[in-house]
Amino acid sequence: MEKSKLIEMYRIMRLIRLIEQRINDEYKYDEIKTPIHLSIGQEAVAAGACIHLRKDDYIFGTHRSHAQYIAKGGDIKKMIAELYLRKTGCAYGRGGSMHLVDPDVGILGSSAIVGGNIPLGTGTALASKLQGNDRVTVVFFGDGAADEGTFHESLNFAALKKLPVVYVCENNFYAINSHQLARQVDDNIYKWAQNYGMLGYKIDGNDVLEVSDYAEKAILRCRNGEGPTLIECLTYRWKGHIGTVDDVGEGYRPKEEYDYWVSKCPIKRFSEYLKNMGVLNDELIKNIDEEIYGLIEEAFSFAQNSPKPSPDELLDFVYAD
Amino acid sequence: MPWTTVQVEKLDNFFISGDFTGNRILSYRDALHEAMDQSLARDPRVFIMGEGVDDVAGVFGTTKGLKEKYGANRVFDTPIAENSLTGIAAGAAMAGLRPILIHARMDFLLLSFDQLVNHASKWCYMFGGQVKVPLVVRTISARGWGSGAQHSQCIQGMLMNVPGLKIVAPATPYDAKGLMISSIIDNSPVLFVEHRWLYKTTGYVPEELYSIPIGRGVIHRRGEDITIVAVSYMLVEALKAAEKLQQAGISAEVVDLRTLKPFDEKILVESVEKTGRLLIADTGCKTGSVASEIAAVAAEKAFHLLKKPVKRVCCPDTPTPTSDVLEKAFYPTAEDICTEAVKLVKE
Ligand SMILES: Cc1ncc(C[n+]2csc(CCOP(=O)(O)OP(=O)(O)O)c2C)c(N)n1
Ligand SMILES: [Mg+2]
Repeated sequence: MEKSKLIEMYRIMRLIRLIEQRINDEYKYDEIKTPIHLSIGQEAVAAGACIHLRKDDYIFGTHRSHAQYIAKGGDIKKMIAELYLRKTGCAYGRGGSMHLVDPDVGILGSSAIVGGNIPLGTGTALASKLQGNDRVTVVFFGDGAADEGTFHESLNFAALKKLPVVYVCENNFYAINSHQLARQVDDNIYKWAQNYGMLGYKIDGNDVLEVSDYAEKAILRCRNGEGPTLIECLTYRWKGHIGTVDDVGEGYRPKEEYDYWVSKCPIKRFSEYLKNMGVLNDELIKNIDEEIYGLIEEAFSFAQNSPKPSPDELLDFVYAD
Repeated sequence: MPWTTVQVEKLDNFFISGDFTGNRILSYRDALHEAMDQSLARDPRVFIMGEGVDDVAGVFGTTKGLKEKYGANRVFDTPIAENSLTGIAAGAAMAGLRPILIHARMDFLLLSFDQLVNHASKWCYMFGGQVKVPLVVRTISARGWGSGAQHSQCIQGMLMNVPGLKIVAPATPYDAKGLMISSIIDNSPVLFVEHRWLYKTTGYVPEELYSIPIGRGVIHRRGEDITIVAVSYMLVEALKAAEKLQQAGISAEVVDLRTLKPFDEKILVESVEKTGRLLIADTGCKTGSVASEIAAVAAEKAFHLLKKPVKRVCCPDTPTPTSDVLEKAFYPTAEDICTEAVKLVKE
């Protein structure tokens, strides 16, 4: 991979991390009046997959879609304004954190219904095929979504019709506090894909190079009309399921498990790798961070100073023009 | 032959002139076929998907031959996965296509509520009109010949409560064609409610492409004494009832709203203003039905015009029985409409 792309991937991961941390820090002021699901710890998945997408490719995210929106190039100011439920938000304050949208870069809306986005992304892939273009769709979802019928129905459909879609499962082992093995007989997600007749892989979702490598090949297969792929990325969320809590300890996640995964920080790992390769140095890291802090400052101040929707907008947009 | 076809073949050939006259007579089924055929021809974004849409029967004849004419990319069979199919069609619509998804029975629509209600119907509002879902979901209610509790439901009433979803229920061949074309052109998801017992009904239908505005009702028969609002197939029963009532000296006005949501409140109120009495005939079960909603609107907007309480003629609140004897007791007929209308006018 070219040097510039490596740095861009690092920058995106760092951008996700720092935005999420800022949201985490601001949440206590109660101005972000919407449920938030942070992606700290999972940055490599969105960054590695989206680096190979074009602006006109589609993605569909979930309730936990900040990272995906950022990685696909969604407008940051509009994203933060949406979290503040402002009129200037990407969904004009009608969506909130779980419903991010930016049609200009192929983000057609994220769904807060677990598994709900999987058919939609399968549908945009169907459209690409019927329209005869080479636009690819990436659908992101969690291990919990693999419990849902939509996952199975959609994979079967996509394999049958050889659709240009990449299913990226962010397996962080938990659906709220329910462990994968309390919901599924075995560690099966990628094998299901294989049984539906598509390529299915289980990879290290904290290794952005591995994610990028598998995603690049899957996306290329889509562009060549060779059908869908599922990539199950093992990763871990550092924060609790929702809000700013940690969900660690008795009744939640074991402390040792949490510590292990924090030690496997995807960003630390990648930056060390890049430093060893001579692609990254302390000065560049500092510059990148500074640029990002600037963006964040600008986005938060834009959001906090934006107007809220007015009550007379209530009945707008029930139907399309 | 599907068993509901057996039943439909036994029905009388009912002719409805509609609000259009001409010299070209078509069945409801052929009118639907023509609307989709012409839409496929004029707009490359239109395609048809659903279980069995390309088989020999062609969804009771409504899609017959379309795959041969337009190719397997535009008319294709699917796995039996109603919920995801609805989401897949919605996703394709978001990407700029105009899918027509077909559920051969309305009962199967129930499996798709997540994608229809949580997704397709909400997308425009939730994202401030930036992403549109121009999707048509055709759904066909059956009746008779032992269809039973899971192959005969008319659940349009349930879906009245879903913001963002338009619901049309044409009863005549003219309306079937015109509303199908409007539904395809519309940028919102439209639930297109059909009834098997309408398929053989015939009426005048123009050959050219035309549309009927969504949200506009029609008066099928003018009258002075009572307004009968009929939903879907109940229009046939209502027109038969009106004829009988005429012989008994009662002049009934028969109104078909055609669009159930958003419906034509003006035509309802104006008719009630004239007659002062309102009877609503719906194909669904009574509680929470379309009839209930029409009655509620009448109570809100035309209470002062009513001389008598509103009457709903619907199926009782039971699952559909399979026994032919119980089935007969279950479905309201023109006879029931007459009885209730006479009570409203004479008592
Ligand atoms: C259909 C549906 N059922 C339940 C929920 C409640 N819920 C919200 S997030 C969540 C867990 C999802 O887990 P997973 O798919 O692994 O995603 P993660 O939160 O781990 O990113 C659940 C059960 C929901 N939003 N939608
Ligand atoms: Mg999870």
